[in-house]
Amino acid sequence: MSATPANASPAPHAPAKPVAWLKENLFSSPLNTLLTVLVAWLLVMAVPAMLDWLFFDADFTSDTAQECRKAQGACWAFIAEKHRLILFGVYPYDEQWRPLLATIILVGAMVCSAIRWFWKPWLGLFWAVALAAVAVLMWGGVFGLSHVENDRWGGLPLTLILSTFGIAFAFPFGVLLALGRRSHMPAVKSLCIIYIELIRGVPLISLLFMSSVMLPLFLPEGFTIDKLLRAQIAIIMFAAAYIAETVRGGLQAIPKGQYEGADSLGLSYWQQMRLIILPQALKVVIPPLVGIFISLFKDTSLVVIIGIFDLTQAAKAAIADAAWRGFSVEAYVFIAVIYFIFCFAISRYSQGLERRLDTGYRR
Amino acid sequence: MSEAIIRLENVNKWYGQFHVLRNLNLNVARGERIVICGPSGSGKSTMIRCINRLEEHQQGRIIVDGTELTNDLKHIEIIRRDVGMVFQHFNLFPHLTVLENLTLGPVWVLKKSRAEAEATAMKYLERVRIPDQARKYPGQLSGGQQQRVAIARSLCMSPKIMLFDEPTSALDPEMVKEVLDVMVSLAEESGMTMLCVTHEMGFARKVADRVIFMDQGEIIEENTPDVFFDNPQHERTQLFLQQILH
Repeated sequence: MSATPANASPAPHAPAKPVAWLKENLFSSPLNTLLTVLVAWLLVMAVPAMLDWLFFDADFTSDTAQECRKAQGACWAFIAEKHRLILFGVYPYDEQWRPLLATIILVGAMVCSAIRWFWKPWLGLFWAVALAAVAVLMWGGVFGLSHVENDRWGGLPLTLILSTFGIAFAFPFGVLLALGRRSHMPAVKSLCIIYIELIRGVPLISLLFMSSVMLPLFLPEGFTIDKLLRAQIAIIMFAAAYIAETVRGGLQAIPKGQYEGADSLGLSYWQQMRLIILPQALKVVIPPLVGIFISLFKDTSLVVIIGIFDLTQAAKAAIADAAWRGFSVEAYVFIAVIYFIFCFAISRYSQGLERRLDTGYRR
Repeated sequence: MSEAIIRLENVNKWYGQFHVLRNLNLNVARGERIVICGPSGSGKSTMIRCINRLEEHQQGRIIVDGTELTNDLKHIEIIRRDVGMVFQHFNLFPHLTVLENLTLGPVWVLKKSRAEAEATAMKYLERVRIPDQARKYPGQLSGGQQQRVAIARSLCMSPKIMLFDEPTSALDPEMVKEVLDVMVSLAEESGMTMLCVTHEMGFARKVADRVIFMDQGEIIEENTPDVFFDNPQHERTQLFLQQILH
C-alpha cells in the first residue's frame, strides 16, 4: 500500500530562444566557435558552387556535345542521350522494355517482401513467380519474345540480379558456416575455418578472376559453365565468408543461459537454433549484416574485370563514345545516385526492422 | 521400498584440475522434496546441473527414472523431457511473449497441438497467479513475475522432477516471498519430486523432507529439517548455520 504521493509538478518549460540555442550549441567554447566558423566557411565555399554546377548553370537540353560543352555547369543532356546505354547496357535497343519490366518486377518483389503484411506462407511462391517472370523477360525465347543471350545483359538489371541472388544465397550459406565453425565436431569445424580464412584472405577481384580464368582450365574439354553463373557463384562464396563471421559474433553474444534454458526444455540442436538462438543472434547483428549487404551491392561493380557489363561498366562505355567525350563526371554522378538510392533504401529499411523487432529487452 | 527416482553413485567431476564433486552418493525417492544448502563453491549447483546434463560428470553413474545419463543423446533427451529446471537468472526467451515461452516446449518437444498447449499454459499461468501477463514480453515484467513465468514454463512440460538452482537469489527482497509461495504450493499440491538449491531456510523448514549440506564437493550432512536445524551433527554444518541464521 503506498501513501498518497505529494503533488507532482510539471517539468519547467523553457520557451525556445534562437539566440540562446546558437550560443549553447554552436559557440559554447572557443574550440566550438572556431569549428563553427570553419564549417560555415567550407559550406559557403562549396555549396553555392555545387548547386550552380548541378542545377543553375547546367545544360539539360542540348542536342550535341559542342553545345553542351559551352555550358558552365553539368551537361545533363549527355545523360539524356546515354541513359539507356548506362541503364541497360548492350541489350538490344528495341527490346529494352524487357529489362525495364524485369527491374520493376524485381524491385517490386523486394519492396513487397519488406512489408510485414506479406510475410505469409505464400511469399515463397510469390518470389518463384516473380523470378520466373524475370527469367522469361530477360532470356526470352518463349511467348514470341526474341532470345537474348546473357552476355548481352547489362546495366542496372544485371547489378540487381547479381546482388539479389548473391545476398539470397550467401545469407543461409553464411549462417550454416557460422554454426559449423562453432560446432564441436572437429571435421566440420576445420572445414568451416579453412573456407572462411581462405576466402577472407583474397580480394573479390581475385576470386572473380580465378572463377573466370582458372576454372575453365580445370574443367573437362568442352564443358563450360556460363560466365554470369561463375561470377554469381564467386560473389556468393565471397559474401558467405563475411556473413559467417558476423553471425558468429552474434551467436557468441547470446548469453549461455539462453542455450541452457532451451536445453532444459529438451529442444534439439536445430530446434534451439531456429526458435531461440538464431532469431536473437541475427537481430543483434542487423547493423553489420546490412553493412555487408550494402558493400556487396556495390562490389558487384568488380565484375568488369571479367567482362560482364554491369552498371559501372555501362557508364564507362557511355563515356568512351567519341562524340560525347569529356562528360565522365556526369556519368559517374548519375550512377552514384542510382547506387545511393538502393543502398540508402537498404539502410533505412534495416533501421525500421530493428525498431519493429525491439521487444523491450532492456527495461 | 520404491526405487529411487534419482540415483547418484560415486559421482566425480573436475573442472580442469579442480575436483568440484567428490564421490557423491545420493538417492532421491519419488515425490521427495530435498533442499541443498552450503557455502558458495561447494558444488551444489554443479550437482543438480549434472542431473539434466547441463554439466557432464567424468566418473560415477547418474540414473534418472531408470535411464542412465551417458553421452548418448537419446538418453539425454528422454531425461530432459522429465526434468524441469528453474534458473537463478530465469533464462526466459526475450524475443517471445510469455505465452509463446510457455507453449514452445509442449508444441515442439511434446508435439502437442497449439490449442492444447495454450490451454495448459493459461492453466499454469493462473496457478502462478499471473494470467493477465500472457501477451507481454519478459522484458516488461518484474523479476518476481519473470521467475514465476519460468516456473510455469517448466511445469508446462509436465516433468516428474523439478530442479531449482537458487531461484530467489537474484530477486529483490519483496519479490522473494511471491516466488517461494508458488514453490510451497507446488510442493504441497503436486506429488512432484523437487530438488532445490537455496539459502531460504524458512522454505526448507516448511517444505523439505530432507535437507542436505554440501561443502567442497562432498555431502557432509543430510537429515530431516527438524534435526538438521535444531541438532546439526557436524562442525562445518554448525558453522554454516551460524553464519546464515542471524
